[in-house]
Amino acid sequence: MSEQNAKPLSEFIPDVPETTGFNKVVLELGVANHPGVMSHICNLFARRAFNVEGILCMPVGSGETSRIWLLVFEDQRLEKMIRQVEKLEDVRYVERHAGDHPVFGRLDEFFQ
Amino acid sequence: MMQMTGADLIVKLLERQGTSTIAGVPGGAALPMYDALSKSETIHHVLCRHEQGAGFIAQGMARVSGRPEVCLASSGPGATNLVTAIADAKLDSIPIIALTGQVPLSMIGTDAFQEVDTYGMTIPITKHNFLVRSAKELLEVIPAAFRIAMSDRPGPVLVDVPKDVQNQMVSFEAYPDVVVPDAAPKFDIAAVEEAAKMIEAAERPVLYLGGGVIHSGAAAMAVTLAEQASLPTTMTLMALGAMPMDHPLAIGMLGMHGARYTNYVLEEADLLICVGARFDDRAIGKTAEFCPNAKIIHIDIDRSELHKVKDAHVAIAGDVGQVLAELLPRVKPQLRKRWLSHVESLKGRFPLAMPGIEDPRSPYGLIHAVANCLDDNAIITSDVGQHQMWVAQAYPFRRARQWLNSGGLGTMGFGFPAAIGAALAAPERTVVCFSGDGSLKMNIQEMATAAQENVNVKIILMNNQSLGLVHQQQNLFYGKRIMASRYERPTDFLKIAEGFGMRAVDLDPSPNPRATLAEALHTPGPCLIHATIDPNEFVYPMVPPGAANSEMIG
Repeated sequence: MSEQNAKPLSEFIPDVPETTGFNKVVLELGVANHPGVMSHICNLFARRAFNVEGILCMPVGSGETSRIWLLVFEDQRLEKMIRQVEKLEDVRYVERHAGDHPVFGRLDEFFQ
Repeated sequence: MMQMTGADLIVKLLERQGTSTIAGVPGGAALPMYDALSKSETIHHVLCRHEQGAGFIAQGMARVSGRPEVCLASSGPGATNLVTAIADAKLDSIPIIALTGQVPLSMIGTDAFQEVDTYGMTIPITKHNFLVRSAKELLEVIPAAFRIAMSDRPGPVLVDVPKDVQNQMVSFEAYPDVVVPDAAPKFDIAAVEEAAKMIEAAERPVLYLGGGVIHSGAAAMAVTLAEQASLPTTMTLMALGAMPMDHPLAIGMLGMHGARYTNYVLEEADLLICVGARFDDRAIGKTAEFCPNAKIIHIDIDRSELHKVKDAHVAIAGDVGQVLAELLPRVKPQLRKRWLSHVESLKGRFPLAMPGIEDPRSPYGLIHAVANCLDDNAIITSDVGQHQMWVAQAYPFRRARQWLNSGGLGTMGFGFPAAIGAALAAPERTVVCFSGDGSLKMNIQEMATAAQENVNVKIILMNNQSLGLVHQQQNLFYGKRIMASRYERPTDFLKIAEGFGMRAVDLDPSPNPRATLAEALHTPGPCLIHATIDPNEFVYPMVPPGAANSEMIG
C-alpha cells in the first residue's frame, strides 16, 4: 500500500477524477446491520465516481449494528461526500481518521 | 393480544396514520394487501390505469396536503412503473410512501415470475427503502416509513413486502404509536445573529426562496422578512406562490426562463439570502457567474445542501420556518430606497415580455384568460415543457401549495395525475392542469381514472403538435435541424377524452373562446379544454444551457 502512494493514482485507476488527491483518509462508519446497508453506502460513492480503495465491515456487539471502515483518497469532494453519507437513514455516525490508521495497515499481508 | 396477517396489519397501520386515500394498481404479489384493503372502512382505493399514474396521484395529494400519501403496486412491472414517480418525488422532496408487493421470500433471487430487485433498484431514488422480511417487522417499518418521509427534508420511502410476509400471521400486544415528524435539527443562534448583521449591512440584498419554504410552511414568515428588511425577492420554480407574484417586492422566477430584470438584479446583488433552495443549475446558470458579487447566507434543513454548489458565508442547517422565526426579531426594519428604486428601474427597462397577452388563442393570453376565471383557491398543476415555463412566468400565483409541478426531474406526464391527486386531497377546489400534447400523452390513460372518480380537474391542453421545448432548442441551438420533435400525424384529443368518459371542449372553433373557457372551468367534473397554439411560439428569455444567467437570449 505504501508503494501505491509513490506513483500517480491515475496509473491504477484510469478514470480517476482530477479532484482526487494523493493522501489517504480512513472513514469509520457506524451503521445498522441488515442486508442492503453496504449497497446504500457503496451506491453513493459509485454514483459520484469517488473511488473507495478498501472496505472492511464486521458486526459489533450483539449484531444490531456494524462498523464499516473505508479507505479513500483525500479529495476536494470528501466533505460533501461525508455529508451525503451522514444523511443515510442507516448510518449512525461517520468519523474521519488519518490515512495511517492501523486498521488497514495490518491487512497488508493478505494482499501480497 | 392481537393477531392478524401482515397485509391486515399494513392496512391497519396506514389507517392509524391517517391515510384515507390510496392510489394503486393490483397484481399477483399485492393481492393479500388488496384483500386486506377490501375490509377497510376508511381507506378509499383509487384504481389507476398505470402505476406511474398512481405514483403521481399520491404526489399530487402529498403536495397539497403536505403529509405523506400512499401508492400501491405489485411486484416486477408494477414496481418498475412506479420508479419515475418515486424519482420525481425524491428530486422535489415530496413525502410519499410507495408500497410494493414482492415475490415470496423463498423465491427472491430466483428470477421468479414478476420478480425484480425493487429494493436495489430504488436505493438511489428514495430517501430510504425497506425490504420487509417478516410480518413482525411491519410494526416498526410502516411507522418508520411515515416518520422518515415527513421528517427533516421530506422524500419518498419505499416498502417492498413479499407475498408470504403479507400472508404471515403476526401477534402483538399493542399497535405502535402514530408517528409525527422528528424534531428539526438544532441550529446555531450565533449564525442567525451573524446573518442578521449581514442583512443589515448589505446595500443590495436579494432574498432567494426555494421549495423548502413551502414544505416548511414558512411562506408568510419569508414575506415578512422581505418586507421588514426591504428585500427584493425571487422564487425558484418550486417556490412560486410563496410570495404573491404581484407583491411589490416580488421580482419573479429566476433562472433559465426568468425575466431579464430578475437575472440582472441577482447579478448586482451584494448579498444573497437563500432560503430552502439548492442552487439548481436551471436556476443559477453557470455556477461561477451566478451572483458574482454577493455574499451568501444559506438556510436549509438538509446539511448536505450547504456549500454543495456555492460556498456560503453563513450556512444554517435548520428548518427554514424555525430559523426565520429566530431571524425576524433580529433583523432591523429598514427601507432601502435606493436599491428598491434601482430594482424598479431594471424592471421597467427589462420586464418580462408577454406578447399576445390579450389574445386567448396565444399561450400567455390563454394563461391569463384561465387566471381571470379563477380565484386563489384554485390549484394549478403543469406538465413539463414550454407550457410549464409560460405558466411559471405568467400565472399570478398568490399562495403556497397553489402550484404543483415537476421541478427537479422534469417529468412529462406529471401534471394530469398530480391534478387528480390534488383534486382528491382538496375536493372543494378547482384543479387546473396546464399540459402540452407531448406531455399529456404520457399519462393520458388516467383520463379513465379522472372520469371514474369524477374529480374536478380541467386540463388546458396547449396543442402545438410537437415536443415544444425540444423543437425550440433545435431551432435555436441545433441549426434549425428539426429531429423527432414534430408529431406528423395529428391526434384527436377530443375524441380520446370522450372515449374515456371525460367532457371535452375545443376553444379553436369557438367564436368566443373566453366564454367557452369560463363555462368549461365553472362546470364541475373532469374536462379537457383543447386549444391549438403556434409551434413557432418560443419561451423567452432563455439562458442557453451551460451559459451564465446574464447571457439570456430573446
